[in-house]
Amino acid sequence: MAQFPKPEDMPDDQRIVITGLGLTSPNGNSLAEFRDSLLKGRSGIQDYEIRYFGKTVAGICDFDVKRHQSRRDARRGTRAGSVGIYCAREAIENSGLDWENVDHGRIGIYVGITEHGNVETESEIYEISKFEYDTSVWTHHHNPRTVANNPAGEIALNMGITGPHYTIGAACAAGNAGLIQGLQMLRLKECDLAIAGGVSESIHTFGIFAGFNSQGALATHEDPTKASRPFDINRNGIVVAEGGCLYTLERLSDAKARSANIIGEIVGYAMNTDATDFVLPNATRQAECIRMALDRACINPHDVNIVSTHATGTGMGDVLECEAVRNVFGECNNTFINNTKSFIGHTMGAAGAIELAGNLAAFSDNTVHPSINVDALDPECAINGLVINEPRELKRVDYIFNNSFGMLGINSAVVIKRM
Amino acid sequence: MVPTEIRQAIIDILADIAPDEDLTNLNDDQSFRDQMELDSMDFLDIVMELRKRYRVQVPEEDYSNLDSMASTVSYLTPKMVAVV
Repeated sequence: MAQFPKPEDMPDDQRIVITGLGLTSPNGNSLAEFRDSLLKGRSGIQDYEIRYFGKTVAGICDFDVKRHQSRRDARRGTRAGSVGIYCAREAIENSGLDWENVDHGRIGIYVGITEHGNVETESEIYEISKFEYDTSVWTHHHNPRTVANNPAGEIALNMGITGPHYTIGAACAAGNAGLIQGLQMLRLKECDLAIAGGVSESIHTFGIFAGFNSQGALATHEDPTKASRPFDINRNGIVVAEGGCLYTLERLSDAKARSANIIGEIVGYAMNTDATDFVLPNATRQAECIRMALDRACINPHDVNIVSTHATGTGMGDVLECEAVRNVFGECNNTFINNTKSFIGHTMGAAGAIELAGNLAAFSDNTVHPSINVDALDPECAINGLVINEPRELKRVDYIFNNSFGMLGINSAVVIKRM
Repeated sequence: MVPTEIRQAIIDILADIAPDEDLTNLNDDQSFRDQMELDSMDFLDIVMELRKRYRVQVPEEDYSNLDSMASTVSYLTPKMVAVV
């Protein structure tokens, strides 16, 4: 097995730090708003209706598209593109970078996505249905909207970035995968600044709702704010949400040189694969992924203060992740475990990045936001350190661990250290 | 449709595809591109919207007729005379 060097022993140009972030979540359009919602128990889930499928619930973002994009470009592009542009621009602003004097050819854009193109294809089929399916009215915007690099490419167009841009298709592990890709490209000197994370426009495709519904995995509840309830005995599935979160990542040497505000260092990460089922997770492989990330960070489970779970509110998904987390962190008395989907639903390709962001604020306020809507804890989800319904204050937070898993058995984890 | 109605139809299409533009002072005799930010994809949008809204076909070899408002209206008048 590979032996990893201690992060603090690595040269500064191999250590990758987070220096800024921008996000839109169903309950906040900045980290400050989002964090406030998480500490006050404010859900972002609403009633929602989508053509063909009908009434359901979803996490809907209300960021101001026009803040960073012309109406013409928003119309021409995709919702995922607009989400990405908002997050990227906000991240740059948050980073304090002297944007005009940053070499735009040395910026890489790495955006995690669960899926892309379903929204645009469904919309166009609906449009031509009004013309007896005459394909001569099929839009010429279809291909640039649906190419898999679209969200990252729209960011590049909007911001005049001429370095590499692409998306990382990694199901619901994509937010972490985007971060990991950004880190790796910085270490390889493929770019000097990475804009990395994940986005989702998934609430605009009826297929994702209908698909989860057919699978018996779509949440329902008469009160939409109670629909997303991981770990509760009465959970009944996923609440689909849109959103995005992109980080500015830099080498520590560069961040120090410009006296940047460093939010945290990515000291560990891992990705692996179940290779066992299309949709059902595998707790053994998840636990392996978690341990690999700890090994890379050269820390023990006991060193971790907060574990941000992926749990989506499905019956087996939550139980299996709890088994994996219990396997690794079960004996840790100073490790606290939470879940952010209980507030915002499942933001799909953005989930890993957004949920990490909600927890990173704990480096400043030393508080673990809870998993809400746990009225009756499922005994199979009982884990030592689970923070339920009310925030918990800690003396200090040094390490945050972020799980993000997805279909086809894709697992990811990142470890962030306070600087 | 008479020319004034065709002009309004084009204005409505432009308002949708170029929502950031102020169309109140459009000079009918001047090229659209000299007054607005329009690229080739936008012109394809004009052609597409004419097809969808009025079932008017504009073949590629005729695209140059869509240069200005005056030339567009002049070109479309015989094609849209029967449109109500």
